[in-house]
Amino acid sequence: MTLAELIRQLDLKVFTGRNELARPISGGYASDLLSDVLAHGKKDQLWVTLQVHPNIIAVASFKELAAIVLVNGREPAADTVELARKEHVSIIGTPLTAFEFVGKVYGLGIQGT
Amino acid sequence: MELRRYRADLHIHSCLSPCGELTNYPRRIVARAAEAGLDVIAVTDHNTAENAAAVLRAAGRSGVAVLPGMEATSEEEVHVLALFESLSDLLPVQDAVFRSLPDVPPKTSFVKDQVIVNEDDDVTGFSARQLLAATRLDLRELVSLIHRFGGLAVASHVDKDAFSIISQLGFVPSDLDLDALEISPHMTAAAARTALKLNPSAALVRFSDAHRPEDIGRTATDFLLAAPTLAEIRKALRSEGGRKVCGS
Repeated sequence: MTLAELIRQLDLKVFTGRNELARPISGGYASDLLSDVLAHGKKDQLWVTLQVHPNIIAVASFKELAAIVLVNGREPAADTVELARKEHVSIIGTPLTAFEFVGKVYGLGIQGT
Repeated sequence: MELRRYRADLHIHSCLSPCGELTNYPRRIVARAAEAGLDVIAVTDHNTAENAAAVLRAAGRSGVAVLPGMEATSEEEVHVLALFESLSDLLPVQDAVFRSLPDVPPKTSFVKDQVIVNEDDDVTGFSARQLLAATRLDLRELVSLIHRFGGLAVASHVDKDAFSIISQLGFVPSDLDLDALEISPHMTAAAARTALKLNPSAALVRFSDAHRPEDIGRTATDFLLAAPTLAEIRKALRSEGGRKVCGS
Protein backbone atom coordinates (compact mmCIF):
# COMPACT_ATOMS: atom_id res chain seq x y z
CA MET A 1 0.00 0.00 0.00
CA THR A 2 1.19 3.55 -0.65
CA LEU A 3 0.90 6.50 1.69
CA ALA A 4 -1.66 8.09 -0.62
CA GLU A 5 -3.95 5.04 -0.43
CA LEU A 6 -3.67 4.89 3.35
CA ILE A 7 -4.44 8.59 3.66
CA ARG A 8 -7.50 8.17 1.47
CA GLN A 9 -8.78 5.07 3.24
CA LEU A 10 -8.39 6.47 6.76
CA ASP A 11 -9.09 10.11 5.94
CA LEU A 12 -5.77 11.35 7.35
CA LYS A 13 -4.51 14.90 7.49
CA VAL A 14 -1.29 15.68 5.60
CA PHE A 15 0.93 18.24 7.36
CA THR A 16 4.03 17.89 5.19
CA GLY A 17 5.43 15.79 2.34
CA ARG A 18 2.66 15.97 -0.24
CA ASN A 19 5.19 15.06 -2.92
CA GLU A 20 6.21 11.86 -1.16
CA LEU A 21 2.82 10.17 -1.07
CA ALA A 22 3.57 7.59 -3.76
CA ARG A 23 5.93 5.94 -1.28
CA PRO A 24 5.13 2.33 -0.41
CA ILE A 25 4.56 1.33 3.22
CA SER A 26 6.26 -1.91 4.24
CA GLY A 27 5.02 -2.11 7.82
CA GLY A 28 4.59 -0.07 10.97
CA TYR A 29 6.16 0.78 14.31
CA ALA A 30 4.55 2.55 17.27
CA SER A 31 6.67 4.18 19.98
CA ASP A 32 7.09 7.51 21.74
CA LEU A 33 10.70 6.88 22.73
CA LEU A 34 12.86 8.19 19.92
CA SER A 35 15.82 6.16 21.17
CA ASP A 36 13.66 3.05 20.71
CA VAL A 37 12.69 4.04 17.17
CA LEU A 38 16.34 4.67 16.34
CA ALA A 39 17.08 1.15 17.55
CA HIS A 40 14.10 -0.73 16.11
CA GLY A 41 12.44 1.29 13.35
CA LYS A 42 12.91 -0.09 9.83
CA LYS A 43 13.08 1.48 6.37
CA ASP A 44 9.69 2.24 4.77
CA GLN A 45 7.75 1.71 8.00
CA LEU A 46 4.97 3.99 9.13
CA TRP A 47 5.91 5.44 12.55
CA VAL A 48 3.04 6.12 14.93
CA THR A 49 3.79 8.55 17.78
CA LEU A 50 2.54 11.53 19.75
CA GLN A 51 5.95 13.22 19.98
CA VAL A 52 6.05 16.48 18.01
CA HIS A 53 9.61 17.66 18.76
CA PRO A 54 11.82 18.43 15.68
CA ASN A 55 13.98 15.42 16.56
CA ILE A 56 11.26 13.15 15.12
CA ILE A 57 12.26 14.38 11.65
CA ALA A 58 15.91 13.49 12.20
CA VAL A 59 14.88 10.01 13.33
CA ALA A 60 12.48 9.46 10.40
CA SER A 61 15.04 10.69 7.90
CA PHE A 62 17.92 8.67 9.37
CA LYS A 63 15.86 5.46 9.49
CA GLU A 64 14.25 6.18 6.08
CA LEU A 65 10.78 5.69 7.52
CA ALA A 66 7.84 6.03 5.13
CA ALA A 67 6.06 8.67 7.23
CA ILE A 68 5.34 9.90 10.74
CA VAL A 69 1.75 9.63 11.95
CA LEU A 70 0.81 11.96 14.82
CA VAL A 71 -2.08 10.58 16.85
CA ASN A 72 -4.59 12.17 19.26
CA GLY A 73 -5.01 15.15 16.96
CA ARG A 74 -1.53 16.39 17.80
CA GLU A 75 0.01 18.98 15.50
CA PRO A 76 3.71 19.24 14.68
CA ALA A 77 5.64 22.16 16.18
CA ALA A 78 6.45 24.98 13.71
CA ASP A 79 10.14 24.12 13.48
CA THR A 80 9.25 20.44 13.10
CA VAL A 81 7.26 21.36 9.99
CA GLU A 82 10.12 23.47 8.67
CA LEU A 83 12.63 20.66 9.14
CA ALA A 84 10.25 18.09 7.62
CA ARG A 85 9.94 20.22 4.46
CA LYS A 86 13.70 20.47 4.19
CA GLU A 87 14.18 16.73 4.71
CA HIS A 88 11.17 15.69 2.57
CA VAL A 89 9.60 13.77 5.45
CA SER A 90 5.84 13.23 5.41
CA ILE A 91 3.97 14.05 8.60
CA ILE A 92 0.37 12.95 8.66
CA GLY A 93 -2.17 13.21 11.45
CA THR A 94 -5.22 11.49 12.87
CA PRO A 95 -7.61 12.38 15.70
CA LEU A 96 -7.58 8.70 16.71
CA THR A 97 -5.57 7.35 19.66
CA ALA A 98 -2.49 5.25 18.86
CA PHE A 99 -4.38 2.06 19.77
CA GLU A 100 -7.33 2.82 17.49
CA PHE A 101 -5.15 3.99 14.63
CA VAL A 102 -2.81 1.00 14.74
CA GLY A 103 -5.81 -1.32 14.86
CA LYS A 104 -7.25 0.18 11.69
CA VAL A 105 -3.92 0.13 9.86
CA TYR A 106 -3.33 -3.48 10.85
CA GLY A 107 -6.81 -4.29 9.57
CA LEU A 108 -5.73 -2.92 6.18
CA GLY A 109 -2.94 -5.48 6.03
CA ILE A 110 -0.01 -3.40 7.26
CA GLN A 111 1.89 -5.36 9.90
CA GLY A 112 4.65 -4.71 12.35
CA THR A 113 7.37 -6.82 10.84
CA MET B 1 39.66 36.44 43.84
CA GLU B 2 41.06 33.13 44.99
CA LEU B 3 39.64 30.03 43.36
CA ARG B 4 39.35 26.69 45.10
CA ARG B 5 37.68 23.35 44.58
CA TYR B 6 34.11 22.98 45.78
CA ARG B 7 32.46 19.56 45.83
CA ALA B 8 28.86 19.66 44.66
CA ASP B 9 25.96 17.24 44.62
CA LEU B 10 23.19 19.16 42.89
CA HIS B 11 20.65 16.37 42.42
CA ILE B 12 19.10 15.25 45.72
CA HIS B 13 15.49 14.21 46.33
CA SER B 14 13.91 14.87 49.71
CA CYS B 15 11.02 13.01 51.32
CA LEU B 16 8.70 15.14 49.17
CA SER B 17 9.55 13.25 46.00
CA PRO B 18 7.15 10.34 45.60
CA CYS B 19 10.13 8.06 45.04
CA GLY B 20 12.24 9.59 47.83
CA GLU B 21 12.69 7.83 51.15
CA LEU B 22 10.75 9.29 54.03
CA THR B 23 14.01 9.48 55.99
CA ASN B 24 15.39 12.11 53.61
CA TYR B 25 14.42 14.98 55.90
CA PRO B 26 16.14 18.40 55.79
CA ARG B 27 18.45 18.00 58.80
CA ARG B 28 19.42 14.51 57.71
CA ILE B 29 20.21 15.73 54.19
CA VAL B 30 22.41 18.53 55.52
CA ALA B 31 24.16 16.27 58.06
CA ARG B 32 24.83 13.62 55.47
CA ALA B 33 26.07 16.24 52.97
CA ALA B 34 28.58 17.57 55.54
CA GLU B 35 29.68 14.02 56.37
CA ALA B 36 30.22 13.28 52.66
CA GLY B 37 32.48 16.32 52.35
CA LEU B 38 30.11 18.28 50.12
CA ASP B 39 30.41 22.07 49.95
CA VAL B 40 27.24 22.71 47.99
CA ILE B 41 24.04 20.73 47.43
CA ALA B 42 20.72 21.27 45.68
CA VAL B 43 17.32 19.87 46.64
CA THR B 44 15.61 18.78 43.46
CA ASP B 45 12.26 17.15 44.05
CA HIS B 46 10.08 16.14 41.12
CA ASN B 47 8.09 19.15 39.86
CA THR B 48 8.10 20.89 43.24
CA ALA B 49 10.37 22.90 45.51
CA GLU B 50 8.15 22.86 48.57
CA ASN B 51 10.92 21.45 50.79
CA ALA B 52 13.66 23.74 49.47
CA ALA B 53 13.07 26.47 52.07
CA ALA B 54 13.28 23.93 54.90
CA VAL B 55 16.59 22.53 53.64
CA LEU B 56 17.97 26.07 53.20
CA ARG B 57 17.07 26.89 56.81
CA ALA B 58 18.27 23.53 58.12
CA ALA B 59 21.66 24.19 56.51
CA GLY B 60 21.99 27.47 58.45
CA ARG B 61 25.63 27.86 59.39
CA SER B 62 26.53 24.23 58.77
CA GLY B 63 29.01 25.22 56.08
CA VAL B 64 27.02 23.42 53.40
CA ALA B 65 25.65 25.82 50.79
CA VAL B 66 22.19 24.94 49.49
CA LEU B 67 20.81 25.90 46.09
CA PRO B 68 17.03 25.68 45.78
CA GLY B 69 15.91 23.68 42.78
CA MET B 70 13.61 21.09 41.32
CA GLU B 71 13.70 18.29 38.79
CA ALA B 72 11.02 19.29 36.33
CA THR B 73 9.45 16.94 33.75
CA SER B 74 8.88 18.25 30.22
CA GLU B 75 5.96 17.24 28.02
CA GLU B 76 8.27 14.77 26.25
CA GLU B 77 8.95 13.19 29.70
CA VAL B 78 12.49 14.51 29.84
CA HIS B 79 13.78 15.26 33.36
CA VAL B 80 15.55 18.60 33.71
CA LEU B 81 17.29 19.94 36.81
CA ALA B 82 16.36 23.58 37.44
CA LEU B 83 18.84 25.20 39.83
CA PHE B 84 18.49 28.68 41.30
CA GLU B 85 20.40 31.12 43.47
CA SER B 86 17.42 31.98 45.65
CA LEU B 87 13.93 30.86 46.48
CA SER B 88 12.47 34.07 45.09
CA ASP B 89 13.91 33.21 41.67
CA LEU B 90 12.57 29.68 41.87
CA LEU B 91 9.03 30.34 43.08
CA PRO B 92 7.64 31.76 39.80
CA VAL B 93 9.04 28.70 38.01
CA GLN B 94 7.40 26.42 40.55
CA ASP B 95 4.09 28.25 39.98
CA ALA B 96 4.35 27.71 36.22
CA VAL B 97 5.19 24.03 36.72
CA PHE B 98 2.27 23.56 39.13
CA ARG B 99 -0.11 25.16 36.63
CA SER B 100 1.03 22.78 33.92
CA LEU B 101 0.70 19.54 35.88
CA PRO B 102 -2.37 17.39 35.21
CA ASP B 103 -5.18 17.94 37.66
CA VAL B 104 -5.28 14.34 38.85
CA PRO B 105 -4.58 13.62 42.52
CA PRO B 106 -1.84 11.05 43.23
CA LYS B 107 -2.92 7.55 44.11
CA THR B 108 -1.08 6.79 47.31
CA SER B 109 -1.14 3.04 46.86
CA PHE B 110 1.31 3.47 43.98
CA VAL B 111 3.51 6.32 45.14
CA LYS B 112 5.01 7.04 48.52
CA ASP B 113 3.68 9.91 50.60
CA GLN B 114 4.77 13.30 49.26
CA VAL B 115 5.80 14.78 52.58
CA ILE B 116 6.27 18.52 53.13
CA VAL B 117 8.38 19.27 56.22
CA ASN B 118 9.91 22.22 58.04
CA GLU B 119 13.57 22.76 59.00
CA ASP B 120 13.06 20.82 62.23
CA ASP B 121 11.90 17.80 60.23
CA ASP B 122 8.29 18.19 61.44
CA VAL B 123 5.70 17.12 58.89
CA THR B 124 3.66 20.15 57.89
CA GLY B 125 1.65 18.65 55.05
CA PHE B 126 1.43 16.43 52.00
CA SER B 127 1.52 17.50 48.39
CA ALA B 128 -1.75 16.70 46.64
CA ARG B 129 -0.20 17.16 43.21
CA GLN B 130 0.67 14.43 40.75
CA LEU B 131 4.41 15.12 41.08
CA LEU B 132 5.56 12.19 38.94
CA ALA B 133 3.48 13.35 35.96
CA ALA B 134 4.81 15.25 32.95
CA THR B 135 4.03 18.95 32.69
CA ARG B 136 2.52 20.43 29.55
CA LEU B 137 5.70 22.46 29.01
CA ASP B 138 7.71 21.22 26.07
CA LEU B 139 11.45 20.98 26.54
CA ARG B 140 12.22 24.31 24.96
CA GLU B 141 9.52 26.11 26.92
CA LEU B 142 10.84 24.55 30.12
CA VAL B 143 14.46 25.53 29.46
CA SER B 144 13.48 29.09 28.55
CA LEU B 145 11.27 29.33 31.65
CA ILE B 146 14.20 28.29 33.84
CA HIS B 147 16.49 30.80 32.13
CA ARG B 148 13.94 33.61 32.34
CA PHE B 149 14.20 33.44 36.12
CA GLY B 150 17.98 33.20 36.21
CA GLY B 151 18.26 29.45 36.70
CA LEU B 152 20.52 26.78 35.26
CA ALA B 153 18.92 24.03 33.17
CA VAL B 154 20.74 20.70 33.32
CA ALA B 155 19.39 17.65 31.47
CA SER B 156 19.17 14.83 34.06
CA HIS B 157 20.92 11.47 33.76
CA VAL B 158 21.22 11.63 29.97
CA ASP B 159 22.64 8.08 29.83
CA LYS B 160 19.57 6.47 31.43
CA ASP B 161 17.01 4.62 29.33
CA ALA B 162 14.03 6.35 30.91
CA PHE B 163 13.12 10.02 31.39
CA SER B 164 16.34 11.22 29.80
CA ILE B 165 16.68 13.57 26.86
CA ILE B 166 18.31 10.77 24.85
CA SER B 167 15.74 8.09 25.72
CA GLN B 168 12.87 10.43 24.85
CA LEU B 169 14.31 12.38 21.92
CA GLY B 170 16.97 10.04 20.55
CA PHE B 171 19.79 12.58 20.85
CA VAL B 172 20.45 16.00 22.35
CA PRO B 173 18.96 18.64 20.00
CA SER B 174 21.78 21.00 18.97
CA ASP B 175 19.67 24.14 19.26
CA LEU B 176 18.63 23.53 22.87
CA ASP B 177 20.24 25.97 25.29
CA LEU B 178 21.09 23.57 28.12
CA ASP B 179 23.73 24.66 30.64
CA ALA B 180 25.04 21.13 31.22
CA LEU B 181 24.28 17.45 30.83
CA GLU B 182 24.19 15.22 33.89
CA ILE B 183 25.64 11.71 33.64
CA SER B 184 24.27 9.18 36.12
CA PRO B 185 26.45 7.50 38.78
CA HIS B 186 26.47 4.35 36.60
CA MET B 187 28.78 5.80 33.95
CA THR B 188 31.86 8.01 33.85
CA ALA B 189 31.66 11.33 32.02
CA ALA B 190 34.37 10.26 29.57
CA ALA B 191 32.59 6.99 28.75
CA ALA B 192 29.28 8.80 28.31
CA ARG B 193 30.78 11.40 25.99
CA THR B 194 31.98 8.65 23.66
CA ALA B 195 29.10 6.18 23.99
CA LEU B 196 26.38 8.81 23.60
CA LYS B 197 28.29 10.88 21.00
CA LEU B 198 27.81 14.01 23.10
CA ASN B 199 28.87 17.39 21.76
CA PRO B 200 32.54 17.80 22.77
CA SER B 201 31.81 21.31 24.04
CA ALA B 202 28.87 20.29 26.30
CA ALA B 203 29.62 20.64 30.02
CA LEU B 204 29.19 17.28 31.77
CA VAL B 205 28.46 16.90 35.48
CA ARG B 206 27.70 13.89 37.67
CA PHE B 207 25.54 13.93 40.77
CA SER B 208 24.05 11.28 43.04
CA ASP B 209 20.31 11.56 42.23
CA ALA B 210 20.03 10.43 45.87
CA HIS B 211 16.64 9.23 47.06
CA ARG B 212 17.97 8.11 50.47
CA PRO B 213 20.42 9.74 52.88
CA GLU B 214 23.21 7.19 52.40
CA ASP B 215 23.42 7.98 48.68
CA ILE B 216 23.98 11.72 49.11
CA GLY B 217 27.44 12.61 47.81
CA ARG B 218 27.97 9.07 46.49
CA THR B 219 28.61 10.77 43.18
CA ALA B 220 29.53 14.46 43.07
CA THR B 221 31.31 16.96 40.85
CA ASP B 222 34.23 19.18 41.81
CA PHE B 223 34.11 22.74 40.54
CA LEU B 224 36.88 25.34 40.67
CA LEU B 225 35.04 28.42 41.97
CA ALA B 226 35.49 31.63 43.95
CA ALA B 227 32.40 30.85 46.04
CA PRO B 228 29.74 28.12 46.15
CA THR B 229 27.10 30.13 44.30
CA LEU B 230 24.96 29.57 41.23
CA ALA B 231 26.65 32.45 39.37
CA GLU B 232 30.06 30.86 39.97
CA ILE B 233 28.84 27.43 38.89
CA ARG B 234 27.45 28.99 35.71
CA LYS B 235 30.89 30.44 34.99
CA ALA B 236 32.49 27.05 35.62
CA LEU B 237 30.10 25.34 33.19
CA ARG B 238 31.14 27.93 30.58
CA SER B 239 34.85 27.76 31.60
CA GLU B 240 34.89 31.51 32.24
CA GLY B 241 37.35 33.49 34.38
CA GLY B 242 39.40 30.47 35.37
CA ARG B 243 36.35 28.69 36.79
CA LYS B 244 35.92 25.16 35.55
CA VAL B 245 34.44 21.73 36.05
CA CYS B 246 37.30 19.70 37.54
CA GLY B 247 35.68 16.28 37.30
CA SER B 248 33.64 13.85 39.30
